[in-house]
Amino acid sequence: MPTFNDFLILLPEAYLTVAACVILLMDAFLKGGQRVAIHWLSIIVLLVGAWLVIDGQPATAVSGFSGMFIRDPVAEILKVFSLLTTALMFIYSRGYLRDRNINEGEYYALTLFAVIGIMVLVSAGSLVTVYLGLELLTLSSYALVALNRDSKLSSEAAIKYFVLGALASGMLLYGMSMIYGATHSLDLATILHVQNVEWRNLMLFGVVFAIVGIGFKLGAAPFHMWIPDVYQGAPTAVTIFIGTAQKIAAFGMAYRLLDSGLGAYAHEWRMMLAVLAVLSLAIGNLLAIVQTNLKRLLAYSTISHMGFLLLGLVEANPAGYSAAMFYAISYALTSAAAFGIILAMSRAGFECEEIDDFKGLNQRSPWFAFLMMLVMFSLAGVPPLFGFFGKLLVLQSAIDAGFLWLAVVGAVFAIIGLYYYLRVVKVMYFDAPVEGTDVRAQPDMPLRFVLSLNALALLALGIAWGPLFAWCQRAFGITA
Amino acid sequence: MSNHLLSLLIWLPILGAVPVLLAGGQRPNAARWISLLVAVATFAASLALVHVYDPSTGTMQVGENLNWIASVGIHYSLAVDGISVALIALTSFTTILVIVGAWEVIAVRTHQYMAAMLVLEGLMVGVFCATDALLFYVFFEAMLIPMFIIIGIWGGPRRVYATLKFFIYTFFGSIFMLVGLIYLYSKAHTFDIATLAHLPLSMTEQSWLFFAFLLGFAIKVPMVPVHTWLPDAHVEAPTGGSVVLAAVMLKIGGYGFLRFSLPIVPDASEHFAPLVIVLSLIAVVYIGYVALAQEDMKKLVAYSSIAHMGFVTLGIFIAFMLVREHNNVQAAHLGMQGAMIQMISHGFISGAMFTCIGVLYDRMHTRQIKDYGGVINVMPWFGLFYVLFAMANSGLPGTSGFVGEFMVILAAFQANPWIALFAAFTLIIGAAYTLWMVKRVLWGEVTNHHVAEMKDINARETFVLAAFAAAVLLFGIWPQPLVHLMDASVGQLVQKLAYSKV
Repeated sequence: MPTFNDFLILLPEAYLTVAACVILLMDAFLKGGQRVAIHWLSIIVLLVGAWLVIDGQPATAVSGFSGMFIRDPVAEILKVFSLLTTALMFIYSRGYLRDRNINEGEYYALTLFAVIGIMVLVSAGSLVTVYLGLELLTLSSYALVALNRDSKLSSEAAIKYFVLGALASGMLLYGMSMIYGATHSLDLATILHVQNVEWRNLMLFGVVFAIVGIGFKLGAAPFHMWIPDVYQGAPTAVTIFIGTAQKIAAFGMAYRLLDSGLGAYAHEWRMMLAVLAVLSLAIGNLLAIVQTNLKRLLAYSTISHMGFLLLGLVEANPAGYSAAMFYAISYALTSAAAFGIILAMSRAGFECEEIDDFKGLNQRSPWFAFLMMLVMFSLAGVPPLFGFFGKLLVLQSAIDAGFLWLAVVGAVFAIIGLYYYLRVVKVMYFDAPVEGTDVRAQPDMPLRFVLSLNALALLALGIAWGPLFAWCQRAFGITA
Repeated sequence: MSNHLLSLLIWLPILGAVPVLLAGGQRPNAARWISLLVAVATFAASLALVHVYDPSTGTMQVGENLNWIASVGIHYSLAVDGISVALIALTSFTTILVIVGAWEVIAVRTHQYMAAMLVLEGLMVGVFCATDALLFYVFFEAMLIPMFIIIGIWGGPRRVYATLKFFIYTFFGSIFMLVGLIYLYSKAHTFDIATLAHLPLSMTEQSWLFFAFLLGFAIKVPMVPVHTWLPDAHVEAPTGGSVVLAAVMLKIGGYGFLRFSLPIVPDASEHFAPLVIVLSLIAVVYIGYVALAQEDMKKLVAYSSIAHMGFVTLGIFIAFMLVREHNNVQAAHLGMQGAMIQMISHGFISGAMFTCIGVLYDRMHTRQIKDYGGVINVMPWFGLFYVLFAMANSGLPGTSGFVGEFMVILAAFQANPWIALFAAFTLIIGAAYTLWMVKRVLWGEVTNHHVAEMKDINARETFVLAAFAAAVLLFGIWPQPLVHLMDASVGQLVQKLAYSKV
């Protein structure tokens, strides 16, 4: 029987579920001008959720519902940053949704349900909870991608996402059944401590299928096929969600499954992750070079970034996980700013998403050109920006893990990656604006202000990244 | 005050760029004056540094140490020795002249240009005083961003190609250096350069690390065969960009060898010294011939920079040979000293040469030698400076160009007369390409009506050239202050050469 304590552990999730339902109801009853309340309320809901997560955080890891749900410092950080990046996304998206007549209420409600999915996923203590959270997240995401019903591109992306996502879920579930078969347990902690697995080969197959599921969620090659089309086809207000909070969630899922559950097989899955990392770095960086659409470019860049994130995971110890988590957070914040700028530049009937649309931006909106430059240098990993330190830490993890060759591969692809990020800076700063166009940022003040803060944070966190990294380290039990 | 002098030198120009950007959008004059003010203040601070620094011991001084990232053990630690002090003074001196030089020349987005220059100055100073390897790397890389912008926005027709090549080339070298540094960190658990210098390393490790550092710094110097970005970058960069690039940025490569290769991987450096020496000689001789064939003035000076920087790497690595194989510490000291003086002197001379070419370019909008001829007839004052710097560039005694090269050749002679012979070729080739350029540009009849319409240098240009000329002559005739400033520090470096880690 669940006790009261179990529900207390679940408080932030329970609160968000209620709030999401309220927002859904408000959407049904509010009319016209009143609907702006939904926007602000959703943001407040997220911020209060983040506060609940931090405020109610127990000093040590606690679990509820017979170990199915875990509330530990790792989950805390992942939840806080998922909620914060989603709040950023709501602020950036308002004008975009209004201009395109996309139903805002559904957007906010679906996103909130997806966020609940993320929170359940990163707190999972059992295979069932992993699956539950994952499905809540992905089913909401499929609907979000299809939100712009009149756009063919959007519908196509949604179907691709759905078919491939269903396939990956199937694989994951299949793998879970093997793990269950070999260990007779769904509980991750029990699976971790099962001695002398009878069916070791069966277990290894389970590990492989779990990695397929994780690889799909991360968007690591060779499970990346959906990324470019979904990034490009989805409304930008949704792409930003896939590029930020979902990456944090994917890291959480990888950590729960691989370390909390399959930690005993680290020796095996490290090599698999190393292969995924090399493929992701290669495919992501090489294909990004030829893109002309900025969203698509960022999609391939995501693939390569997930390759870097995997460099942290291959160390398979707390130091590596904290580096990978730091990387996931740094990527999410950078990518939020990148898509935020695309959203800020888009208007009714104009999607500012071709790289050429950014031509000569420095002459028209020098401030936004500067912010975008910060974002690009952060993605490229040029110090003193935030992205560099993420790269530094994961490269260090790879070297500490004895994968020196992997670090060198990462370095080589960082150089190749640099080229396409520089190309965006080049277009903004060195090219003349296209005659007859007028690309400017929206006059939406909250968006301008928060976006500026977001991009400047990349510089500030690049200079003072110590506390954040120390927080990540403490979550994994490393004390300086 | 003196406790935070180095921080002041780094952050004053970087933060000074903010008011320039804010004030200068609509009022380019405000941008000019504020940036000049900031640059002069920074120069004053660097003079204060020269004053505070005690050259008698040559140790790292005026230090600051803050825990930057405590959980990882990365420090914001700064300190300088005589070599750094000289290079910092060179940096702040050059920046003033670059800002004055760009006064009216940079007419579009002046405020952004000035701000980029100031940020660049602060980051370069940071490179010269960081004593934590990661902090060094951060400055080393961050420096690329303003330079990328400067070449890309205000450069010539092929600027985009040149600036991308510059950025990617340099990044290519340095990222492997980063991997090397992380490797060192995972062994020593610190990025402190002084601690890394005492870290025992096997010969294999040292060799890999040596090549990681070599790649990073050789591209920066640049050495043959990774020099190909430099002519492009120089030709396309605006005058100020070229001046900073040649006068200061290239020195960072030589400086890196001193700070990293030399103390951290001494045995591998000794083992591979012949390789570096041969590459340096190729730079001196072969690149000298390449310079002879150039028809674009900027390209010619760019190649001559590569040849002159060959002396820097030659001087540093000949010292290894002298200490380890000939046990000749005195000659090693001389070679190293020569390399350092060559760095500073080349800073002045190349900066001055590029400024001269900029002066010509502003009037004619061409850098082709064949478009000029008889310039002396219409610009006598300009001709005076141009000839002086040309003489210095070819290493005439009495100019600073002579001192460093002569010391390196003397040291090389004691290691191997053949090396000295090849190095001495520069005296002929250098004179040939520089003087031949002077002949074609300055002397003779006025060749066309464009030249005939050229006006002589104005007060602003005279000031810039005169400042460079004063430095070139001062350190040519009386190098003693400079030698004294760096002498003890060079002595310390030479002592470290003998220290084996295997």
